[in-house]
Amino acid sequence: MGDVRLMKGNEVIAEAAIRCGCDGYFGYPITPQSEIMETLMIRRPEEETGMVVLQAESEVAAINMVYGGASCGKKVMTSSSSPGISLKAEGITYLAGAELPALIVNIVRGGPGLGTIQPAQSDYFQAVKGGGHGDYKLIVLAPASVQEMNDFVDLGFELSFKYLNPAMILSDGVIGQMMEKVELADYKPRWTDEEIEKISGSWATNGKKAGSERNISTSLDLDSAKQEVFNHKLQAKYRAMEENDVRYEKFECDDAEYLFVAYGSSARICQKSVELAREKGIKVGLLRPITLFPYPTKQIQEMLGQVKGILSVEMSAGQMVEDVRLAVNGKVPVEHFGRYGGIIPTPEEVVEALEEKILGK
Amino acid sequence: MTATTEINNIISEENLVYKKTSVLLDNEMHYCPGCTHGVIHKVIAEVIEEMDIQDKTIGVSPVGCSVLAYNYLDIDWQQAAHGRAPALATATARLMPDKYVFTYQGDGDLASIGCAEIIHACNRGENIVVVFVNNAIYGMTGGQMAPTTLDGQVTATSPYGRDCGSTGAPMKISEMVSLLPGTRFVTRQSAETAGAVRKLKKAIRKGFENTREKKGLSFIEIVGTCSSGWKLSPTQSNEWMKENMFPYYPLGTLKDE
Repeated sequence: MGDVRLMKGNEVIAEAAIRCGCDGYFGYPITPQSEIMETLMIRRPEEETGMVVLQAESEVAAINMVYGGASCGKKVMTSSSSPGISLKAEGITYLAGAELPALIVNIVRGGPGLGTIQPAQSDYFQAVKGGGHGDYKLIVLAPASVQEMNDFVDLGFELSFKYLNPAMILSDGVIGQMMEKVELADYKPRWTDEEIEKISGSWATNGKKAGSERNISTSLDLDSAKQEVFNHKLQAKYRAMEENDVRYEKFECDDAEYLFVAYGSSARICQKSVELAREKGIKVGLLRPITLFPYPTKQIQEMLGQVKGILSVEMSAGQMVEDVRLAVNGKVPVEHFGRYGGIIPTPEEVVEALEEKILGK
Repeated sequence: MTATTEINNIISEENLVYKKTSVLLDNEMHYCPGCTHGVIHKVIAEVIEEMDIQDKTIGVSPVGCSVLAYNYLDIDWQQAAHGRAPALATATARLMPDKYVFTYQGDGDLASIGCAEIIHACNRGENIVVVFVNNAIYGMTGGQMAPTTLDGQVTATSPYGRDCGSTGAPMKISEMVSLLPGTRFVTRQSAETAGAVRKLKKAIRKGFENTREKKGLSFIEIVGTCSSGWKLSPTQSNEWMKENMFPYYPLGTLKDE
């Protein structure tokens, strides 16, 4: 068993990065995630593991530093919160277009615009449907605990190198600021040059080897025919993610007649709502998508034989509910309940919404 | 003796005074006649060969006419988003401190959209070489006004001549970055004559030598031509450059520490 600590979600992201052998972090301060870079600066990982930590001049520069580092075959990451992620959107689509692995952490706050510094889940569309231009997808992991903040750093890198695609941890100010017990991962050494050569030698721009072709990290192809073929390749990769890497969790679903679908903080709230509803005799379960892309569409569809209605609960005006409705395709009623602008719903409110919108009471 | 036989007799190792560097690939260049990019590419390629650093050099290409620079030099390349090359180079140089990292950027890329990235990379003194090609115009998008466009210069977006009262004055980037402690070598060169090309090559070599000695950032501006954008012949372009560009962007080394 690894070190067990009481830590903030944001601090754990930093600790997990050091321990998983991350080569570089490039960030820019923004509330409510600044503790990630602050923790890294205090820890001085360059002296411990050789990990580079740099405060960039902007979110734009930070994500482009990630592009440069990722192009070298290194494990690199950045973190930010909603307005900062909008600035990073350009770099993120370039990463996807150049098929580069990288980890982006988004500790979501309420919007639009400068919005608020309080937690929200109103960046689901941005994370899952695009954000930047072009037909691309991110691997999106949604932690619901401080433990998962730890676990998903390593998992995010693993998946991003598996598919050569950027991955995002889509968390929020609740999980980022909350302190919980966490079992930290054991240290993994950073990859050596030889390991990088073995893993990424066919594409990494770390110096042209004698006798082999030069590597070029680019998202450009002016030939439309080739660009279409490349897009087919990307789409095939996204379908493979859907086939092989959907992650989800079910809670009290065996006898459920109704279903909550919720991720991250909302899923934590819904766990309590399940208990409260069951005390009232309402048999409701919770399906928690862990990967928001690839989305657990099939797993929702498998519930349709047993549930009479679904409530999608999000701290947004209704974003993920669209994916629930696409999965359900009209077979049972699907409604949305959300609080937003930085307001966190109570478990009681969620039960009331279930009764009103789904049970029709 | 036919003319061909005569030439073949001359082509021999002992008579060889010049050959194309193998770092420069044989791909047909897309640049317009009279463009300075081709000469600058060749000079960089020669320096890489002469310093024997082909396996250790990573180029970062911009958005602009030289976006496809990676087609011409046989080294590893990263293609950056518009203006962001210094950010890519920052991470690359920090993560692989034994490599030689350079950015290749035009005036729209470096002086306009990438102004923040270049100023901060210079200020941090990243151990990289910046090759800044200033031809006072956006070439690839069809000849629009750049931050370095001269007062009164006609472009697609300043059709009545640049009005500095409204658009600001042409930016002297080399002078600006020379004020930052992070830059160690700042020079402004050109490539319109054999002599200028030789000087340019010395400057680029010095830049890469500074990288080897971990001295920090070397900034090499090259005042160049854009015949298509300026709507002049290659010969007229060189004359126009000498008459108009050189007085405002004087050649020479601003800083060498």
